[in-house]
Amino acid sequence: MDFRFTDEQQMTAEAVKGLLADFCQPADLRRLMQSGEARDEKRWAAIAEMGLAGALVPEAKGGLGLKGPDFVLVAEACGYAGLPEPLVENAGVALPLLAALARDQRSRTILDRALAGEITVAVAHPANPFVADADTAGAILAVRGDELFLCDAETVSLVRQPSIDPFRRLFSIADRPCVTTAVAEVSEARRALDAALDRGALFAAAQMLGIAQRAVDLAVAYAKERQQFGKPIGSYQAVKHLLSTVQVRIEFARPVVHAAAAQLENGDAFSRARISHAKLATAEAADLACRTAIQVHGAMGYSWEVDVHFFLKRALALASWWGDARSHRERIAARTFDRPIGPDSTFASEAANA
Amino acid sequence: MPPAPLPSFDASREGFEAHRAWERKLAEGRWGMVTWPEAYGGRGLNLVQWLIFEEEYWRAGAPLRVNQNGIFLLGPTLMEFGTDAQKARFLSKMASGDEIWAQAWSEPQAGSDLAAVRSTGRRDGDEYVLNGHKIWSSRAVFADWAFGLFRTDPASERHKGLSLIFFKLDAPGVRVQPIPQIDGETGFAEIFLENVRVPAFNRLGEEGQGWSICMATAGFERGLMLRSPARFQVAAKKLVELYRAHEDETAPETRAAVLQSFMDAEAYALSIYATASRLMAGGHIGAEASTNKIFWSEMDIQLHRTALSILGARAELLRAAPEAGDVGRWLDGYFFSLAGPIYAGSNEIQKNIIAERMLGLPR
Repeated sequence: MDFRFTDEQQMTAEAVKGLLADFCQPADLRRLMQSGEARDEKRWAAIAEMGLAGALVPEAKGGLGLKGPDFVLVAEACGYAGLPEPLVENAGVALPLLAALARDQRSRTILDRALAGEITVAVAHPANPFVADADTAGAILAVRGDELFLCDAETVSLVRQPSIDPFRRLFSIADRPCVTTAVAEVSEARRALDAALDRGALFAAAQMLGIAQRAVDLAVAYAKERQQFGKPIGSYQAVKHLLSTVQVRIEFARPVVHAAAAQLENGDAFSRARISHAKLATAEAADLACRTAIQVHGAMGYSWEVDVHFFLKRALALASWWGDARSHRERIAARTFDRPIGPDSTFASEAANA
Repeated sequence: MPPAPLPSFDASREGFEAHRAWERKLAEGRWGMVTWPEAYGGRGLNLVQWLIFEEEYWRAGAPLRVNQNGIFLLGPTLMEFGTDAQKARFLSKMASGDEIWAQAWSEPQAGSDLAAVRSTGRRDGDEYVLNGHKIWSSRAVFADWAFGLFRTDPASERHKGLSLIFFKLDAPGVRVQPIPQIDGETGFAEIFLENVRVPAFNRLGEEGQGWSICMATAGFERGLMLRSPARFQVAAKKLVELYRAHEDETAPETRAAVLQSFMDAEAYALSIYATASRLMAGGHIGAEASTNKIFWSEMDIQLHRTALSILGARAELLRAAPEAGDVGRWLDGYFFSLAGPIYAGSNEIQKNIIAERMLGLPR
C-alpha cells in the first residue's frame, strides 16, 4: 500500500498552483471585484489553455480519463487561491455528469464545446438550492419534475441571488419555457446525479482544505510582522496555540480528503461516508481557520482591507454547498450504524465485501 | 490469548508478571516486535505491515504491552543510534519480555522544560557514576531497566552536555518510590540515584548527544508507535455498540458525539497510514508528530466522555459494584485518557513545537 501522490499528480497540482500564483493573487481578486465583471478573462483563458476541462471525463468521451486523486490537489489549490472562476464545478462535477448522460447529437456537441474550453456547463442539482455560475455557462443541466434537461443558457430566465461571497454567482431559474433537451429520466439519471453529488462534495471539501491552510498562512505572515509589547505577536503562546490548534484540524482533515478522493469511484456506502467525513472535517477546519485568522489580525482582521474575509466567505458558502452538515452526517450514520466498522474496515468497499 | 483479562500491570507485581509472561508468549512466535530484524526476535516487517499486525492485535482484545517504553520508544532509537554490540545486548531481551523498560527523563524541576535536568553522570574510567532524582517514570515500580537523561558535562547548560544512559532499577544505589496515580494504581514512580555505577557501554550514542537522541525518541513516541490507530478504532467500535444498546435513553447530541468519535478514529488511522507510506519511502517524521499527539489524546478523552454520558448515573460505579456490568472498563479508560494531554510532552508544549517548527512562528 502506498498512500502518496504520484509524481504526475503532484506536477499537475504544481502547474495549477503556479498559474494561480501568477493570476490569482488578492490584488487580482480585488480588481475583478471592482470591475464588476463575471470573470477575469485573461485568467480564465490561461486556465482553459491548461486543458483541464475534461480531466474527469472518460477518454472515450473525449476527456483525459483522470480520477479523484488526480484532481483533488487541483481543487485544493483553487481553494487556497480563492479562485472565482468555476474550474472545480465545471471540470470536477458538470462535465463528468454531462458525459455520463450525453447520448443525442445536441448533448454531445455541447460536451465537445465544453471539453474544448469554449463554454462551461452549470448544474442545477437537487442538492443545491441555486445554480452557480449560470450566467457565464453555455448550457445548464437541470432537474425538473421527473426529468433531467440540458438547457441552452441564453433561453433560460435567471434570477440573481447575491451572495456574501463577492465572487460567487448564484442564480435561481425562473419557471418559464426554454430550449431544452430531455437527456434522461431522473430514475435513470439517479446514479449519475449521486456521483455528481459525491464529486461536488469531495471537491468542495478539497477547496475548504485549501482555504483553511490559506487562512493559517495569512495569519502566520501577519503574526510574524505585527509587533506589540516590543515583540512579534507570533512569539506569544496565546497566538501560537490558536494557530497550532487550527493546524491540527487541518492535518487530520487532509488524509480524509485524500482517501475520499482515492475511493471516489466506488460509489458505495463506504466511499460516500468518507466523502461526507471529508466535507464535515474540512468545513470545521476552514471555519475555525478563518475565524482564528481574523482574531490573530485583531481589528485589522475585521476590516475590508485585509484579505481574510474573502476566504471566510468562501468557506461559509462551501460548508453547505453540495450538502449541508446534517445531510452529510446522515450518510456517515448510515455507514457507522449499518455497516461493519473497526480497524479491519478502514478501506472497506461494497465490492470487496460482496 | 489469555483465557481471562490479565490484572493491571500497574496495580501489582502479579499483574506485571502476568503481562511479562504474555510478552514471552508473543516472543515465542516472534510476534514481540514484528518490525525488528529476525536477529533480534522480529520478523523484518515494514511499517504498514506493523499497522496491520496492530489491527489484528487490538481486534483480538489482546493485553496492553507492559514493555511499550522498551519496544516502541527505546527500541527504534537503539536501532538508529546503538552500536551492534548494544543492539545485540539489549534488543532481543527487550523483544522477549525478559527485560522490561521504564523511561527516566523528567525531574522535579524538569518537566515541560526537560532541558533543565540536573541528574549527573560523572565519567570514572569505564564507568559512569549516576546521581539525581527522576520522577513520573511509568512502569518503574516493577520494571527491570530504565533509560535516563543525565548531565555528563558538569559545566554544560540546557540541551548541551546531556547523555542517554541505561541503568538497572535494582542496582545498588537505586531507590524506587511508587507514586499513587489519580486512579489509585502505582503506574509511575520516583527514582532516587545515589552513586549508581554503570558501564560506559550503557550510554546510547555519543557523550553529549543525549538531547537529540531523546528528541528522536519523542518523535517515535508522539508520531507513530505509542498509539497505533487500531486502539482507537476498536474503542470507537465499542462505543458505537454501547450507544446502540442504550440508543433510546440517550440525548440527541450523544449520537453526533458517537459519530464524531468514529470519524476521529478513522481520520487518525488514515493519517498514520499516510505517514507510514512517507516514512517507508525514506521520509522522516518531523514536527507533525506533535499534531498526532494532540489529536489522539483529545480524541481519547472525548470518546470516553461520550461513553460515560451514555452510561449515565451508572458511570461512577467501580468494577467491583454488583451493577457495574462493563462500566468499569470505560471508567478506567476515561481516567487513563486524562493523562494523554500530559505525558510524552504536554499538549501545550506540542502546540509550541507546531507553531515554531511547522508554521515558522518566532520563539
